[in-house]
Amino acid sequence: MKWIDYESPHSVREAVDLLNEAGDRARPLAGGTDLLVQLRAKAYDLDLVVDAKNIPELNELTYDPDNGLTIGAAVACYRIYGNSSVRSVYPGIVDAASLIGGTQIQGRASLGGNLCNAAPSADSVPPMIAYNGVARISGPNGSREVALEDFCTGVRQTVLERGEILVSLHFPTPEANSGANYIRFIPRNEMDIAVAGAGVSVVLDNGSIASARVTLASVAPTPLFVAEAGEAIAGKPATEETARIASAIARDAARPITDMRGTIEYRKRLCEVLTRRALMTAIERAKEN
Amino acid sequence: MTQTLDYEPNMVLATKTYDVVGTRPVRHDGADKVTGRALYGADFATAGLLHGSILRSPHAHARIKSIDTSAAKALPGVAAVVTSADFGSDSDAVVDLGEGATSLKWLRDNVLASDKALYRGHAIAGVAASNPHTAEEAVGLIEVEYEVLPPVVTVEDAMADGAPILHDDLKTEELGEQTDTVSNVAQHFQHKKGDVSKGFAKADVIVEREYRAKTVHQGYIEPHNATALWNNDGRLHVWCSTQGAFTVRDAMAQLLDMPVSKIRVTPMEIGGGFGGKIPVYLEPVAALLSRKTGSAVKMVMSRADVFEASGPTCGSWSRVKIGGTSDGTITACEVELACEAGAYPGSPVGAGAMCALAAYDIENGTVDGYDVVVNKPKTAAYRAPGAPNAAFAVEQAVDELAQKLDMDPIELRLKNAAKEGTRRVDGPTFNRVGLVETLEAMRDHPHYSAPIGENQGRGVAVGFWFNIGFDSSVNLAVNADGTVILTEGSTDIGGTRASIAMQAAEVLGIPAEDVHPSVVDTDSIGFTAVTGGSRTTFATGWAAYEAAQSVKKQMIERAAAIWDVDADAVDMNRGVISSKSDPELSMTFKELAAQLGSSGGGISGTASVSPTGVGGSFAGNIVDVEVDPETGKTDVVRFTAFQDVGKAIHPSYVEGQMQGGSVQGIGWALNEEYYMNEAGGMDNSTLLDYRMPTSLDLPMIDTVIVEVANPGHPFGVRGVGEANIIPPTPAIANALQRATGTRLFETPMNPVAITAANGD
Ligand SMILES: Cc1cc2nc3c(=O)[nH]c(=O)nc-3n(C[C@H](O)[C@H](O)[C@H](O)COP(=O)(O)OP(=O)(O)OC[C@H]3O[C@@H](n4cnc5c(N)ncnc54)[C@H](O)[C@@H]3O)c2cc1C
Repeated sequence: MKWIDYESPHSVREAVDLLNEAGDRARPLAGGTDLLVQLRAKAYDLDLVVDAKNIPELNELTYDPDNGLTIGAAVACYRIYGNSSVRSVYPGIVDAASLIGGTQIQGRASLGGNLCNAAPSADSVPPMIAYNGVARISGPNGSREVALEDFCTGVRQTVLERGEILVSLHFPTPEANSGANYIRFIPRNEMDIAVAGAGVSVVLDNGSIASARVTLASVAPTPLFVAEAGEAIAGKPATEETARIASAIARDAARPITDMRGTIEYRKRLCEVLTRRALMTAIERAKEN
Repeated sequence: MTQTLDYEPNMVLATKTYDVVGTRPVRHDGADKVTGRALYGADFATAGLLHGSILRSPHAHARIKSIDTSAAKALPGVAAVVTSADFGSDSDAVVDLGEGATSLKWLRDNVLASDKALYRGHAIAGVAASNPHTAEEAVGLIEVEYEVLPPVVTVEDAMADGAPILHDDLKTEELGEQTDTVSNVAQHFQHKKGDVSKGFAKADVIVEREYRAKTVHQGYIEPHNATALWNNDGRLHVWCSTQGAFTVRDAMAQLLDMPVSKIRVTPMEIGGGFGGKIPVYLEPVAALLSRKTGSAVKMVMSRADVFEASGPTCGSWSRVKIGGTSDGTITACEVELACEAGAYPGSPVGAGAMCALAAYDIENGTVDGYDVVVNKPKTAAYRAPGAPNAAFAVEQAVDELAQKLDMDPIELRLKNAAKEGTRRVDGPTFNRVGLVETLEAMRDHPHYSAPIGENQGRGVAVGFWFNIGFDSSVNLAVNADGTVILTEGSTDIGGTRASIAMQAAEVLGIPAEDVHPSVVDTDSIGFTAVTGGSRTTFATGWAAYEAAQSVKKQMIERAAAIWDVDADAVDMNRGVISSKSDPELSMTFKELAAQLGSSGGGISGTASVSPTGVGGSFAGNIVDVEVDPETGKTDVVRFTAFQDVGKAIHPSYVEGQMQGGSVQGIGWALNEEYYMNEAGGMDNSTLLDYRMPTSLDLPMIDTVIVEVANPGHPFGVRGVGEANIIPPTPAIANALQRATGTRLFETPMNPVAITAANGD
């Protein structure tokens, strides 16, 4: 019978030391809603889990208009959507945080875990990319920042090196007249994995799109940031017509596979529909700001 | 959200009322269930318990060349390892355990494979160890050498020329004749009435289509489990989750070659079965492990095991050709139905073929059935097995015929409806049945004429299930306080403790709450067949009725003795025993019960029955769906289930059955399927990806209970558990056709299929 050790450090330094020493025989544990399931399914063979929930920096949740939003890597979804600043300033993050799992899962699941698990279907990653999010990482060689669109490098693969831990996620304060939205498609209304998803943000200028960002879920080995989709509509009027231009580019950029959750054709179709619908909601939200 | 309804959401169209029967008392097992105290098989614990685990085949089709268990046996904590060789028998006698005749070798091989693994998940060996983790680790140490063979997972592929053959010794039975052809088709049979070519010649319109339904699982939440103790006195005791304790006992007796009297089976509380908890899987393995170790051995399946190794119901291919005249008379119908049996012969095609055309009074009809083996787990019963596959085809063809004839689909069905005296294509002539009343209730229901929104469509369909009788036993004993103990052998899956107790209470004239029902083990009650075939409230209820009649007679005799009058002069009505002539002589049931001890001793009644007056049940649905034209996502926005139940003993539990069957049908229609990969394995063996509907995917399902009494039962009961799963798949297909303009001929009718069929 196999034993796995459990450590619960109280500082980033301690955590980094533990992780560095054990290398790929250890992983951080946030809510455990991915990790424990994967351990049971024998997807990982570990000697050690390092609980991240007692490290202060990983539990931070702060916002101010000058410095933007910082979400500690282990902060659970319910705290995020329960925070009034996040609700009013970052509705696109709330969209994702409130649809991950159900109520029980949201009591544990973190956005840090969602990102580090690096599933193509991770619901919070596209909207976090839409908000220009940055990952703050600490490791044996100090700290570094990585733009979220560069964080995932493959299915279950990230830029994290031996001994590195994600400390927090940082988001600049959105510009005036901006809006964002994340939607996904699942065939049921609950308890399902995105067949495809779209996280978008727009900044408006006098009824036109000043800038836009589009990221897709579940249609490539990583969350797929489609820079061209946003670039193509900059300067165009904020209309459904314009949204169609971006959504057609998103559809063409998608590189999905056929599996039990959907076919290539169907997922591409969804990329078009979801990007367009998300852009229209983001535009509506921007107009209200 | 509160909703104002302009109609009654749950209607009971009762034709006869009683004191207890037809009321809604709180179920006797309610407190245990809602407090979590009810004991299920996985709760079982005893001193010295060992834990078992099973090695399962990673291949869908492979020859087993060798099994080396030495490393597993050597692992500290491992008590025993068993394989098929431990059965110690190679008998291939033909046995019948209530689900049709089959070879003992196949039964044994399905429990532990001998020469071949026939589906991914097929059990190869069992391990008992001091804890579940060690057992699991030991399973990983068993070395099996396989010769991997190409798999075949659909009936069409399995029937094709040159298909990989599952059983070298399986020869096709063709229209009653045993042939020498080795193939995956175990049997081809035909039902025939009239002359279809003459019928089609008379038709003005003919519809001919092919349909496919995917393999689906019952999806009970409680996984299979079993604990076995092979005691030092040579007696075997099994505790398990089963729909039939006696069926488990008899299966074990056959598989282990021992007399039934040496086996005692205690049915634990059951967390759903729907037909899937009739066969044995873990029980014999736990028994073999217990025989080797001398300790009790407990085994529990994982969810993946449940999907991959316990019996789902069949996927199928079918073809329907139907013709009608312009006045709406169906002149002929031809049906072919090929059903997956899974790894061993015995698909539900027989029952499906019986039901296929049962709703129609057709002059000319044929139904051809094919029983086909494929590399999937051996199918088990699932609510009206085979009938949904047939109805998905026939009820769509009838719908299309109505559209071509420009007729209302309910009117077309009414015009051709089977009724008392109709001879079915498969032979039997209907006794009194309630299809016409069910269709009229559908036609007259406010749902049928309610306005419908954009992107919505409304569909209807009907279904028939014949129901069964079989053996049941009940014991009753009167307590001194006037309550009555009731013991029975029928697993309570849908509230049958209540519905059986209520039938005894009705006869005795006492409240339902004064009867205390228990489901007991096979040493404690007379033979009782499975809870299946919608038979329990009908047949075990009948045993309760008979046993209560016996108690009633004895109570009358006792009162007569106390009063020193002739028993003929005493009567018992509504719980009061009184003299027919002397108004002074009267006692309540309770008063007499208190005197039993001093007047000659206790009274008990017992009955073992095998009733023949079985009444079939018709069900119908009206369904509204709404389809997102861009994503193809379907929402069921309104659903009304109708069923002729004969008599609803406890209407709430009847409604529960109707709603439950409807939900399972909705799941089968829209999302559920065994998604098979190239290697013949199931990719989606988790509840996440199997996609059964959740409560958020369903509207409130309205019910209309139609009561056309079954003349073959004292209270008119028909049996309600199954017919309700038959109409949803075609009704939803018919609704989707109205909503999108496109008809789908294959389940699941999921967003991928809907968008693909609608082009663009
Ligand atoms: C029932 C259920 C429903 C779900 N529904 C959804 C859904 O709708 N959408 C969705 O996207 N996901 C869903 N998930 C998956 C999961 O809940 C999410 O991915 C969640 O956000 C993971 O967060 P966690 O805190 O539980 O992560 P954990 O399981 O604790 O960790 C996830 C991974 O990240 C690593 N990790 C965690 N923290 C750090 C860190 N600080 N630094 C470096 N690595 C770290 C871990 O080692 C692990 O590999 C569901 C899961 C379940 C069980």
